[in-house]
Amino acid sequence: MNPQIEILLTAVFMSAACALPGSFLVVRNMSMTSDAITHTVLLGIVLGFLLTGDLNSPILIIGAGIVGVLTVWFTETLDNTGLVDSDASNGLVFPLLFSVGVILITLCADSVHLDTDSVLLGELAFAPFDRLMVLGKDIGAKSVYFSMFLFALNLIFVLVFYKELKFASFDEIAAKTGGFHPEILHYALMTCASITAVVAFQWVGSVLVVAFMIAPPAAALLLTKRLSVVLALSCALGGTAAAWGYKLASTLDVSISGTMAVMTGVIFIIILIITNLKITINKKSKSG
Amino acid sequence: MTDLFLLFQDYTFCVVSLGSALLGILCGVLGSFAVLRKQSLLGDGISHGALPGICAAFLITLCKDEEILLLGALAGGVISLCLITLITRFSKIKFDCALAMTLSVMFGLGLVLLTFAQKLPNSSQAGLKTFIYGQASAMTSKDVFIILISTAVVLVTVAIFWKPFKLVTFDKVFSQVVGIKVWMVDFVLSFFVTLASVVGIKTVGVILMSAMLVAPAAAARQWVSRLETMTLLSAVIGAFGGVLGTAVSSSFESVPTGPVIVVCLGVMAVFSILLAPKRGVLWKLIKRKQNRKKLIERVKSFESSD
Repeated sequence: MNPQIEILLTAVFMSAACALPGSFLVVRNMSMTSDAITHTVLLGIVLGFLLTGDLNSPILIIGAGIVGVLTVWFTETLDNTGLVDSDASNGLVFPLLFSVGVILITLCADSVHLDTDSVLLGELAFAPFDRLMVLGKDIGAKSVYFSMFLFALNLIFVLVFYKELKFASFDEIAAKTGGFHPEILHYALMTCASITAVVAFQWVGSVLVVAFMIAPPAAALLLTKRLSVVLALSCALGGTAAAWGYKLASTLDVSISGTMAVMTGVIFIIILIITNLKITINKKSKSG
Repeated sequence: MTDLFLLFQDYTFCVVSLGSALLGILCGVLGSFAVLRKQSLLGDGISHGALPGICAAFLITLCKDEEILLLGALAGGVISLCLITLITRFSKIKFDCALAMTLSVMFGLGLVLLTFAQKLPNSSQAGLKTFIYGQASAMTSKDVFIILISTAVVLVTVAIFWKPFKLVTFDKVFSQVVGIKVWMVDFVLSFFVTLASVVGIKTVGVILMSAMLVAPAAAARQWVSRLETMTLLSAVIGAFGGVLGTAVSSSFESVPTGPVIVVCLGVMAVFSILLAPKRGVLWKLIKRKQNRKKLIERVKSFESSD
């Protein structure tokens, strides 16, 4: 397969995979949690590496996923003490965990090439170099398969628990009375977001993960209030941002992840302007 | 002990710890307001927005002077602040969503500009890592001077406008009724957070700014309840954390100062949350146990006296 197509496919599927848990994060006012999780995965990776000594072990991914959920758990426990409010808890917990991760890296893993730049930035341009070998045959870039798999996983999660997620996101008290156990669902969603962040950041970087998780759903929310439409639309908008971003990045020869992140913002701004223009035009036609 | 004594005679250590202490004071004071105004994460968002500002300043002037890059960072931060304000004003998007969006998109823009600049013959390659983690050990007396000026400006302004700042923080509606220009107070305080974030990048880096703003204030809040004392205590805690963090990180060879400062402040915050009298979590648990014991004894003495 053409490496350019592989990069494009990876990005499009990643953006859709991120948009699914991202939509729920935005709707539940937990957007900054995505930022927190994508940063604290560094600590999880370091801990996993210290445990296994192997940079390619899947334990690293599991460790990062666990730390992501722990971040949310610590933040909420702190919030529940009533002594620190929720965004202050967030601002305290994740930098603390991230700092511990950085300190551990410099103390224990400095000689190893655990490059923090790549954790935060990723680089899609290198994705085609990592091939997936099945029975000795090269069937394509790993990133394409991983991103498709991630998207499928998240899609299944959202479809299976759609009613519960919808209920728990919009009316938590009613959900509890209905016996839905919204806390379990909440942590399931956090696990989904953490795993997405961990798998995605290798190729697109933490920054783009946040952009893909938050901006397309936000743009979709400007256009509709129906959750199903938001989910579908944010996947579409994320994919569009990925495609346009890649085209622009290749032309200008700049960071692919950065351009894609900017594109998600550009799409949001365009929709914001259009919706506001519509409101102004409606107002004028009503009063005119 | 002699090690500690020698430490304080080392010029670099004095410079870095002074800068960190001043930053701690600045963040402690601003953090008290930021936390109460639910703007704890604003520092995080704004410092991410500084990257495109720095790169743009370099690309426009092709000059790597500290002052120019700092102005660029400030411009980037202010633009991020304006974007967040505009988004929340012209749509139903909430503050945290606008913050996360602006943060990631602006940082992405910074990456684009950075990779663009790296193709120019004049650029350096090491920029990004120091931006993310800070490079407190490379702090010069000029940097400390900039932090000093910023801290002085903020402290003086806060002291002069204490009453309106306090009123707007606690009761916006009443402030408007009394005629205070709430939007102006909002803007000034947010701008100061921007200034602190930009100035703090060199010490702790982009990611840890929110902890610098939150931890001292959160710690101070557990011990006192008046804004005046909380702000003062927060400044002291911030300064102490800065110096302690610098001292601890200088005992280890390659550990960056920023994360150690954050860990020190974080530990102080957690300690305060657990053990502060009347509010602390563990304190309350211990008190509850003591009260239960007393109650049981009283009941027993009642029964035995019958």
